[in-house]
This record gives sequence, structure tokens and C-alpha cells, in this order.
Amino acid sequence: MKSLEELKAIREKMKRQMDLRENDESNIRVVVGMATCGIAAGARPVMTAFLDEINRRGLTNVTVSQTGCIGVCRLEPVAEVFVPGEEKVTYVRLRPEMIPAIVEQHLVNHNVVQDYTIGAAE
Amino acid sequence: MKDLSLHLLDVAKNSVAAGASHVAVTLEEDEAGWLTLTIADDGRGMSPEFLAQVTDPFTTTRTTRKVGLGLPLLRLTAEQTGGSLAIESALGAGTTVTARFQRRHLDCPPLGDLAGTTALLIQGSPEMELTYRHTTPKGEAALSTAELRDILGDDISLAEPEVFAWIQDYLTEQENDAAADALPAAGIEGEIT
Repeated sequence: MKSLEELKAIREKMKRQMDLRENDESNIRVVVGMATCGIAAGARPVMTAFLDEINRRGLTNVTVSQTGCIGVCRLEPVAEVFVPGEEKVTYVRLRPEMIPAIVEQHLVNHNVVQDYTIGAAE
Repeated sequence: MKDLSLHLLDVAKNSVAAGASHVAVTLEEDEAGWLTLTIADDGRGMSPEFLAQVTDPFTTTRTTRKVGLGLPLLRLTAEQTGGSLAIESALGAGTTVTARFQRRHLDCPPLGDLAGTTALLIQGSPEMELTYRHTTPKGEAALSTAELRDILGDDISLAEPEVFAWIQDYLTEQENDAAADALPAAGIEGEIT
């Protein structure tokens, strides 16, 4: 059974990580489009896959957030990746099974997964 | 929208957009198969004029285009099962959306992943207060962000992936215990309408 006690343990662990993170200027942002168009196209499992993979790898320099309609409803689910000092990358027509590759290659190793980008889809 | 939890995710985001500081999500299931979904917020609310046309697909707060499908789709889904959609709203006071579904109706979509949806709602708006309660004839699943924040303190965001995973697992266990999917199949009682 999951208990509130476990949440206390998470708190203790995260407080230690926070100290490290405050000195980290390389914070990467991932933004997933979660308006009606995105949700209907399957954005929820994509969002969950990002969170799961980042949690599994223990990445502390990545922030995942949700936004509204990014504007290309026909290419949903859409996610944008912002790496400081690099150009924004827009990934389109995402499926949960594509997410581990994006996390590993782009967020960790800074190699854009070209096949999944809006440039490859258009 | 494939299931009811996706409607919940979609419509609750309107509360976020309305600047709500507290959103209460409740699902109540009764023995007769009726499910009442209520999303109540204390956001900026709607004018009577906007409220009157809010389930029209050509009404939206979006400025980029003229189509808004969240509430029209929810109304359609509710009415297809013999249920209904009601929206109460007042400027400055907030909005309450109430949808009723007959779960035994053939056209009623499954509930879907309520635990994952609630966890994502919290993850997406970590500063907002959210209370969630799903009651069924067999039990209930409930969570409040105030309770979580008491434990986590102010410095750890509810948007953290690790916290998200915990919320999802915590609620999934409760949802499984409260699952009322053992509803008698439609027709056994000769109630198809």
C-alpha cells in the first residue's frame, strides 16, 4: 500500500537534491500541449511517459510542464523542448513509445531526434 | 475523447485558465448506474451572455480561432447516455460544471484512468488547491493537495516527476479498491431505454 509516509521519504530525498539544483543553470524545459486537441490525440500518455522516464533516470535538471494549444492541432500530440543556448525543438505526432528515445538522446545527450521533429513531418 | 477521465482533464483545465485557486472534482456513482461528475472552481466565472452560449462549438475564449470543443463534447457524451450537462457560473464567483452519465448505457464511455488524470492535473498546476473525491457503492478514492503540501512543505513542488508518480500510484490503489465496475450489465434488469 502507498502511504503518506512514503511522501515524507520523497521529501527528505528531494530536499538534498534541491541544494544541487539551485546551482545548476542548465535547466531544460519540456512543454506538452494539453488542450482539447492534444488530449483527444493522446497527449496524456505522452506527458506521463515523459514524467516516468525522467523520474526513472533521476534527471534533476529537467522541468516538464503543460500548456494549451500550441497551434498545429493536426500534428498533436506536440511537445516543445527548450535547452538553454540551443534552438527550440518541436516534436510532433508523439506516442508514448517515442519518449524514452527523446529523453535519452536529446535531454541527456543533446542530440535532437530529427525523425520526430516538425521539420521531418511537414 | 475516448473516456470520461479525458473529458475531466480537458474541462478542469478551463478552471486553471480561469485563474482558480481551488478546484473541487467529485465523482459520485450510485447503485442505479448514475455517475455525477462535478468540477467546481473559484475562478473568474462567466458572464450570463457567455454562459448562455458556452456549449456552442463556435464559442471559445481562444483568440487564435473560433472553435472550442471541450464543453460541447462533454455535453454530447452526457446526453448520449440519457444524462445531462449543467453549468452554473457568476462573474467573480466561479463556475460549477455538473455532468450526469448513465454508466449502463451502451454509449457511455469507460471511466478511464482517473488516477493518472488527477495526478496530471496536479502536476500541471502545482500551485492550485485541488480536492478530488470519487465515491462508488463499494468505497471511495480521495486526495487533497493541501494534505500533500503539509507533508512536502513549500519548497518541493507538486510538479516534480517523483511526486507525480507517488500521487498516481496512491490514487490508483484507492481507485482499484473503489471500482464499481461490477455493475450489472445493461439489459439484465430490462432497463434499456
